[in-house]
Amino acid sequence: MMAAATDRRPPSRPIRVLVAKPGLDGHDRGAKVVAAALRDAGMEVIYTGLHQTPEMIARAAVQEDVDVVGLSILSGAHMTLFPRVRQLLVDQGRPDVLVTGGGIIPREDMDALREQGVGRLFGPGTPTADLIEYIESWAVEHLEA
Amino acid sequence: MTTWHVGPSDTEADARARLAEQERELERLRAEVAEWRARAAKLPLREEVDFTSVSGRSVEPVYTPLDLPPGGEPAELPGVYPFTRGVHPTMYRGRLWTMRQFAGFGTAEDTNRRYKFLLERGQTGLSVAFDFPTLMGYDSDHPRSEGEVGKCGVAITSARDMEQLFAGIPLDKVSTSMTINGPAAMLFCFYVAAAERQGVSPEKLRGTIQNDILKEYMAQHAWIFPVEPALKIIVDLFQWASEHAPQWNTISISGYHIREAGATAAQELAFTLADGFEYVERGLARGLDIDWFAPRLSFFWDVHNDFFEEIAKLRAARRIWARRLREKYGARDERSWKMRFHCQTAGVTLTAQQPHNNIARVGYQALAAVLGGTQSLHTNAYDETLALPTEESVRIALRTQQLLAYETGVANVADPLGGSYYVEALTDQLEREAEGLFAEIEAQGGVVHALESGWFQRQIASSSARFQAEVEQGRRIVVGVNEFVETSEHEVDILKVSDTAERSQREGVARLRAERDAALVERRLAALADAARADANIIPAMLDCARAYCTLFEIRHVLEQIYGSYREPVFF
Repeated sequence: MMAAATDRRPPSRPIRVLVAKPGLDGHDRGAKVVAAALRDAGMEVIYTGLHQTPEMIARAAVQEDVDVVGLSILSGAHMTLFPRVRQLLVDQGRPDVLVTGGGIIPREDMDALREQGVGRLFGPGTPTADLIEYIESWAVEHLEA
Repeated sequence: MTTWHVGPSDTEADARARLAEQERELERLRAEVAEWRARAAKLPLREEVDFTSVSGRSVEPVYTPLDLPPGGEPAELPGVYPFTRGVHPTMYRGRLWTMRQFAGFGTAEDTNRRYKFLLERGQTGLSVAFDFPTLMGYDSDHPRSEGEVGKCGVAITSARDMEQLFAGIPLDKVSTSMTINGPAAMLFCFYVAAAERQGVSPEKLRGTIQNDILKEYMAQHAWIFPVEPALKIIVDLFQWASEHAPQWNTISISGYHIREAGATAAQELAFTLADGFEYVERGLARGLDIDWFAPRLSFFWDVHNDFFEEIAKLRAARRIWARRLREKYGARDERSWKMRFHCQTAGVTLTAQQPHNNIARVGYQALAAVLGGTQSLHTNAYDETLALPTEESVRIALRTQQLLAYETGVANVADPLGGSYYVEALTDQLEREAEGLFAEIEAQGGVVHALESGWFQRQIASSSARFQAEVEQGRRIVVGVNEFVETSEHEVDILKVSDTAERSQREGVARLRAERDAALVERRLAALADAARADANIIPAMLDCARAYCTLFEIRHVLEQIYGSYREPVFF
């Protein structure tokens, strides 16, 4: 496993990320900080703005042909919204898109969501370097070099 | 022995002599301070720290009378214009601040139980946290509400839910604060209708509705209508309440959310006051007498980590408001000059790491709020970065206030930091910075233009990015996050809001729709549309809708057809 991983190289093109705010809450400080940090790390970042439905997010992800969807959820609706976005992407033929994100999400909910095919989720106080590293190493594993 | 002065020339000579003496005194002090600085410059300093405030302001190693305004202002007293030292002469000797914990989750019945829990433990006012569907004007059974009903607050879809929320709590005896903005007028009407059901008429109601839409566009983002109709509805409420509910605070002009979104102390101060001036001007433009509505305008501040900066911010806020209201807007009633406010400790400072440390953070912030002369206070619970608070954590938060009020002695003296060189200098400095920002806002074309162009949002985002960079580079220490980190965190028990709330809310709304007088609902909604189209004050028609159990979204929908919806400028 480790040997296989080291064989892989980072993709030759920038990683494309959709940063999205699903649901009704207006807490976009984290989403904007993350979007700016990913952009500064060399990724191509699209930010949806607030109050998006899962359908709107999945549609944007497909249209923009992104590699990663990052959802920021501080409203407590994570158990509904993460699986919904993931399922819509699967339904639209894009099960390869990484669905990750963060917010106020209890540890056990994070674990439960991982089991449903959602990527790693990050809580408050996470340095942006951690998310960048996570997405970059995911890209090494999953995207064409 | 008393000296008697007989001629004017003697007095002038005396005054000149006094001035000369003062000047010599200042000279001595300047020399002393210069010498002290030279000595201090040679002493070792801690290298790892920037000596700046949380807002990035550089701070001197010591403050002296040289930092006070030249000539010196006459000593001010609390309860006296411009109220830098507090709005009441005796401050907390007369009456303690209201201990008001923001609470709401699940159904109206769940939250009603939490209110009774808090009232039984000595809380003195209620404060309603609504769920996101309610904040955005959606009914619990609307498709967009799925997964969010009762999660971050209580779900209120109609006046019936409001009746249940306050069941057994006499609304002529408590004061209630409601944090709601986009649909503020609707929830206010639900409250009035629920009170009427208890036999309580609106003139007996005491409390506050947040109703501050400008900061929604800037920071919190729970909007519905475009700016102009939203402001029109707010002025409608000013007008209606000044006549029918004179004890009700019709707005709580809020810096809290602006600060939480990343603004500095000076930006919070200036942007919020600028919003306040905008509301005043809208009221005046309607032809309302300033002294008729200004006494019911209240404010809401964030109390962040930087202890003295926060105290100075609150002192500066009162002074600026009083001066503007009297000098620019011509208010004659003293009550119009007095800025009364609520404070909440800064949620954004709480850490998910080592969450019990938050109890101490909240304690220091609460102390700053009290030393800054707040009228009411919410102390955050230590587990709020993890979930909604448990009964245990809110009890500790409330007890934190009671410790301040009854054990520390800080409530005995009004504005105990008045006269501190540092606090006075910082108060002046914040006032000057706010004045500078008012000029920038003017240059942007005023508040409405500056928020429609995204200017405020960019200012806030850039402060937020600066702070984040400081933390990530380790230049600003956050205990337990980038320093003093524990390798293994022990988990704390958190509150779980079950999905049964959503189900029972949906069932309740379905029952309501079946039981109410459908024809009456239609008539009332049509009358509301007529009032909106005629550009009349829409509150009476909206109140009639509430009385007929029209739902939140029904009212929103009718008005949206006429007013349209707000579209945010998207950027990062």
